Amino acid sequence: MNWRLITKGILKENPTFVLLLGMCPTLGTTTSAMNGMGMGLATLFVLILSNMAIAAVAAQIPGKVRIPAYIVIIAAFVTILQLLMQAYTPALYEALGLFIPLIVVNCIVLGRAEAFAAKNSIAASALDGIGAGLGFTLSLTVIGAVRELLGSGALFGYPLLPSGGITVFVLAPGAFIVLGYLLVLFNKIKN
Amino acid sequence: MVVALLVITFVAAATLGAVYVFTGKPIEAARLAKINKAIAEVTPPFDNNPSDEVREVPVDGRTLRLFPAKKDGALVGIAVETATTKGFSGLITLMVGFLPDGTIYNTAVISHAETPGLGDKIDRSKSNFSVQFEGKHPDNFQLAVKKDGGDVDAITASTISSRAFCDAVERAYKAISSGQWQ
Repeated sequence: MNWRLITKGILKENPTFVLLLGMCPTLGTTTSAMNGMGMGLATLFVLILSNMAIAAVAAQIPGKVRIPAYIVIIAAFVTILQLLMQAYTPALYEALGLFIPLIVVNCIVLGRAEAFAAKNSIAASALDGIGAGLGFTLSLTVIGAVRELLGSGALFGYPLLPSGGITVFVLAPGAFIVLGYLLVLFNKIKN
Repeated sequence: MVVALLVITFVAAATLGAVYVFTGKPIEAARLAKINKAIAEVTPPFDNNPSDEVREVPVDGRTLRLFPAKKDGALVGIAVETATTKGFSGLITLMVGFLPDGTIYNTAVISHAETPGLGDKIDRSKSNFSVQFEGKHPDNFQLAVKKDGGDVDAITASTISSRAFCDAVERAYKAISSGQWQ
């Protein structure tokens, strides 16, 4: 088992802090640590399955239609996820709302399919999916935790600061501010 | 090329169909559980199943659903599922419970997309805004924010969400006061 495939997605090619992919769900769903983690895990689920499915069929797909074929495969997994979440985690499904169907157009998913899964084995693609998905999940959880702590004075729903928080951090501008500072911090540490 | 796409779309469609059938029941159950939980929150204790006796009443071009709550066969409250498009972002859906005389017993937010930290204070778990409606009768409690000449204290910095909440409650009251549901 090649651990590098997993750690690569978390550190060297972290989708959020290094590749800056999938910014729309990153900024949109991280109003709390729980929402960020839920979005990350949903993407992780789709990434692993779509990477494996695409690695399995890539050789049979003619080059001209590969992108439509990948999109159909990814969309199928996203819809399966959407139905499962609606059935078994309705509260999380409502919190994430529109962003679940939008996983289809998340550049990380199609990016990994095109750049990695199409040229590698099923097992390697699964590991790559786990790596990129975990990297995305961790990044979103951290952004969500910072925004929740500063914006609502809580962490994973548990109130920590009695005074509440600075509302701007749970709004859109706060997302950009937190993302910017975390980007600086992450890349400072990484280098 | 055509064959490859055909096979992929066919497999995808078949899988989706299977998952849809498989999750149909749990999705319906989750939806019902949510409605029933909201009904139980906004009406006095009851022993019937209000979802079985649902009535539909059209108000201002929108159809509201009324759930009569009964205990030992006598009406103890009516839960009204109401909605408004006047919120800050998207539809706000509320469950408003009335006593048989029209007094508001309680309210619960079913779904909304208001701004976190501001408009989402219409939700009971976020602020006490909705508590002020309890025990008020819309005939002598103007369902409008004080800025508009009503009796409702708006959420600070969320007048639009507060107005929308009043609008939804007002519509719920219209549905029961029209008497059409009996």
